[in-house]
Amino acid sequence: MKKTTVSKLLQKYLPYVIVIVGFAVCQSMVSAGTMPRTTKSLLIPVCVYIVMAVSLNLTVGISGELSLGHAGFMSIGAFTGIVIAAYVREVFGCSESLQLLISIAAGGVMAGLFGFLIGIPVLRLQGDYLAIVTLAFGEIIRNILNCIYISVDGSALRFSFNQPNLPGKLLFRGPTGATGVTRIATFTAGFILVLFTLFVVLNLVHSRSGRAIMAVRDNKIAAEACGLDVTKYRMMAFVTSAALAGMGGALFGQNYSTLTPANFSFNASILILVYVVLGGIGNITGSIIAATILYVLPEELRAFADYRMLVYAVVLIGVMLLTNNRTIKNFLNSLREKIRGNEEKKGGALHE
Amino acid sequence: MTMFLSNLISGISLGSVYAIIALGYTMVYGIAKMLNFAHGDIIMVGAYICFTCLYSLGLSPAVGVLASVMVCTLLGILIERLAYKPLRQATSLAVLITAIGMSYFLQNLAQMIWGANPKSFQTVIPAGNLSIMGGELKISYVSMVTIAASVVVMVALSLFVGRTKMGRAMRCVSEDKGAAQLMGVNVNLTISVTFAIGSALAAIAGVLMCSAYPTLKPTTGAMPGIKAFTAAVFGGIGSIPGAMLGGILLGVIEILGRAYVSSELGDAFVFAVLILVLLIKPTGLLGKKIHEKV
Repeated sequence: MKKTTVSKLLQKYLPYVIVIVGFAVCQSMVSAGTMPRTTKSLLIPVCVYIVMAVSLNLTVGISGELSLGHAGFMSIGAFTGIVIAAYVREVFGCSESLQLLISIAAGGVMAGLFGFLIGIPVLRLQGDYLAIVTLAFGEIIRNILNCIYISVDGSALRFSFNQPNLPGKLLFRGPTGATGVTRIATFTAGFILVLFTLFVVLNLVHSRSGRAIMAVRDNKIAAEACGLDVTKYRMMAFVTSAALAGMGGALFGQNYSTLTPANFSFNASILILVYVVLGGIGNITGSIIAATILYVLPEELRAFADYRMLVYAVVLIGVMLLTNNRTIKNFLNSLREKIRGNEEKKGGALHE
Repeated sequence: MTMFLSNLISGISLGSVYAIIALGYTMVYGIAKMLNFAHGDIIMVGAYICFTCLYSLGLSPAVGVLASVMVCTLLGILIERLAYKPLRQATSLAVLITAIGMSYFLQNLAQMIWGANPKSFQTVIPAGNLSIMGGELKISYVSMVTIAASVVVMVALSLFVGRTKMGRAMRCVSEDKGAAQLMGVNVNLTISVTFAIGSALAAIAGVLMCSAYPTLKPTTGAMPGIKAFTAAVFGGIGSIPGAMLGGILLGVIEILGRAYVSSELGDAFVFAVLILVLLIKPTGLLGKKIHEKV
């Protein structure tokens, strides 16, 4: 009986354990000075991509809707974060960690707000249409960002559309994006953001609402017949996912001195989707591992970088073909049943 | 006024290309009930094949076009057999992800073969303009040939789908796959033929598009592909006249939007149209209403 509880507990907290152990190892390597510079520069992006993958998994895996515009929310968060951090610095002059905290919160709120606004039309659709409309919104966001200019003038933020001549200090200039960003992102902040994301997503999944979201995913009509407010639960997952993506984006934005809207193209959305699919759709631990390995590997193996996207494409198709192959599925199921059967024999009456 | 007419004609010309691509989308969607995301990249492959025939092999434009049509037809059939056929029973999410993977595969393969640098595609159609209204309005030969080619394609396709045995089989399969099979229709063959026709049309569209907008790179096909899908949805997905109408309207909206509202927001307009159509009339202009079965 103890064994089952321990394994169950471990299963539940596995994502946290992996992240904490990973952080401890990396942090001790950094402080011991054994980590190469190139690897060190990957730490923050890895945290961001874990956040992106876990949050996209909430939409794709838990809520069952293919979103192809996740990078759009990331870009909203990134540029909101950069602008707010610069504004807070100029006007209030508070400490860097407070700037970072405020900018991440602002990025999350802004992306969540856009997630809600976009979700109203998007969630009336289903399947392929929903996917293509999220793609469309991702592109529209990028198109509009290309026309926006923001400056801070005294204690006022000024916005303009297609008018680069703003008074004050320009923070964001259309297609050139944000330049000269103060790089205040830290690895610790990334680690805390990953933990926060896991906390939000896992608690949502294991809550009453999470079960409702999955019920809507599995059978919308049956869920509706059971009295579930389908739109509410789909919206809950969509907005949470968008807000988390915005927070990840805000951290991401302040890790680089230059960032343009073109950084968040359709390709960026696909990259995150690859992490989710490869880690296992609906599997949070899988997303963490896939995002880490797939982000670090190509960066470390530069020679392999030319083939990276080609390999990703082949892997994406391969995983889909294999997981949907009936023979393999049956084999895995029978294997699983065998293992379970053996366990039952060994443990006797372990059922609680 | 002449400015407007000239914009209108370039809009119709661009729209004709969208319409030809949209036909491939709509036919595949109607029959295989899947969104072939890689369709746009077949356009790119077609244009590259034509480019290679003309510049590296020094062949005549006619041979180049023919070669690109043939290669794309084979490619379409191959993609369907290898990637989509094993997934006929799978969820639409799995099929869509596979199609996106295929699209990425084609783009990156093209990048490895032809390089990432944009190639300048010299038109297969003689350059020049036709001046009418006392030289005030100029219509390029490229636009004229594009519009004429799309009319020919649409008429030929309508006759094929409406009058031939294979066309009837296609309509049957799109209505009810199981029943069609029971009636002795070879469903696999029909789906293959659909992919073949769609891909051949994509090759033609690729050559026409690169004649009008002569830069060719591995991502050339992605955006027109998505816009053509928008056109297919606009016209009502699954409907062949709908794809034609949707394509032409979308091309006109895009060019007029760029000319009169904002040149940076051209793509945003197209996508705004898609979103509006899906919200107001989800079945598109000429689409049929589909009831959800419990």
